[in-house]
Amino acid sequence: MGEFRMPSLGADMETGTLVEWLVAPGTLVRRGDIIATVETQKGLFEIEIFEEGILGEPLIQAGQEVPVGTVLALIHAANGSAVKKDAVSDQPKSAPERFICSPSARRLAREMGVDLATIHGTGPKGAIQRIDIEHAAQTRIPPAVESAKHARTEPASHETLRQGMRQAIAAAMSRSNSEIPHYYLEMEIDMSRSLQWLEVENQKRTIRERLLPAVLLLKAVAKALRDIPEFNGYWLDNQLQIKTEIHIGFAVALRQGGLITPAIHAVDSLSLTALMKAMSDLIERTRSGRLRSSEMTDATVTVTNLGDQGVRTVFGVIYPPQVALIAFGRITERPWAEGGMLGIRRCVTATLAADHRATDGHRGSQFLEVLNKHLQQPESL
Amino acid sequence: MTEKTLQDILFKELKKLAPECDPPRVAPNENIRDALDIDSYSFLQLLVAINEQTGIDIPEADYAKVSTIGGMLSYLYARLS
Repeated sequence: MGEFRMPSLGADMETGTLVEWLVAPGTLVRRGDIIATVETQKGLFEIEIFEEGILGEPLIQAGQEVPVGTVLALIHAANGSAVKKDAVSDQPKSAPERFICSPSARRLAREMGVDLATIHGTGPKGAIQRIDIEHAAQTRIPPAVESAKHARTEPASHETLRQGMRQAIAAAMSRSNSEIPHYYLEMEIDMSRSLQWLEVENQKRTIRERLLPAVLLLKAVAKALRDIPEFNGYWLDNQLQIKTEIHIGFAVALRQGGLITPAIHAVDSLSLTALMKAMSDLIERTRSGRLRSSEMTDATVTVTNLGDQGVRTVFGVIYPPQVALIAFGRITERPWAEGGMLGIRRCVTATLAADHRATDGHRGSQFLEVLNKHLQQPESL
Repeated sequence: MTEKTLQDILFKELKKLAPECDPPRVAPNENIRDALDIDSYSFLQLLVAINEQTGIDIPEADYAKVSTIGGMLSYLYARLS
């Protein structure tokens, strides 16, 4: 018999609120199934389970906030010995009514005080969309007191979430800066070859399939990490634990402020097309509040790309227990001297922020050198 | 499709990407991405949405021509007529 516990979705998380059970008790669950949604200071997340068995009765009900590690439900052996037959057959009656509705729409409904049962969904298969909730909130008959109450609570909950995220970032970054002896290295990388290759490649693609330069940068980082693995892993128990999987935490800025760095899994094994798809999917889900728990916990390294702003050089703060952060600034035309000639090249400044407990500058500079080498061979990325 | 329809499509899509902004208030010669704080990923989504609604494909080589609202509208209109 196993236990399904409130997961820790990052070093900065202390508690989580169970928002909803997505699977009814008595159901057979398998590794990787999403069985609940949890709200933390950083937003709403889909929580996966990592063992197989029959989900027991919930020990924690929707709406309860509990510390990380709290048992939410028991997982019984799949042979059914621990599960009473009548409990399973009872289950449909006791299961809450289900609506097809994304977590972000569900959250909006809660914030706006709209009961999902009263809404007619206009999405695929009758799914309730955000617009349905907004519509319902606008068109309901407004008992004066009720609407005044919701008008007050809606901005407050957004504000609370924003403050919560700020605090979560503050906690993680303070810990990083007080515990991790950072060192920084930077290298100017000629992107001309990569970008020329990308332009030719994108001409062959429809607008939907076009690749962004960030995809080349991510893939080159993953390949460089495969060559020099010391920057891909965790500093735990006073030693470096190198990870074989390369899960890159990709910093995504949120419009309302703050950022989330969910992981793109196994970047080294993805083609550029698959990586573009994975990155798009991750950005969309980060911004709509539909990230999965594993994406929040298993990044082995972080990449931040502030190239969309004007900055040239980024000195990153490592997300513990990771040991490195690779950052890119804006790609710009720069004077470039080579072979006694001065020319103009499109360049990017890559920086490595690394944990000096785990690695030294010599290895760090080899890493940037290898990164540069991969970016000069875009056709092999 | 009229110029007004094109403008409505553009403003509607920009509003989706930057809900807190008021696209009609952006000056026609201002850089869209800077004015509305839109990253390269979101800008690509904008071009995809425009492509789906107008059928116009904006090749990468023409990105400089569509960096402002004024530039974007005249680029699109020229390809409609």
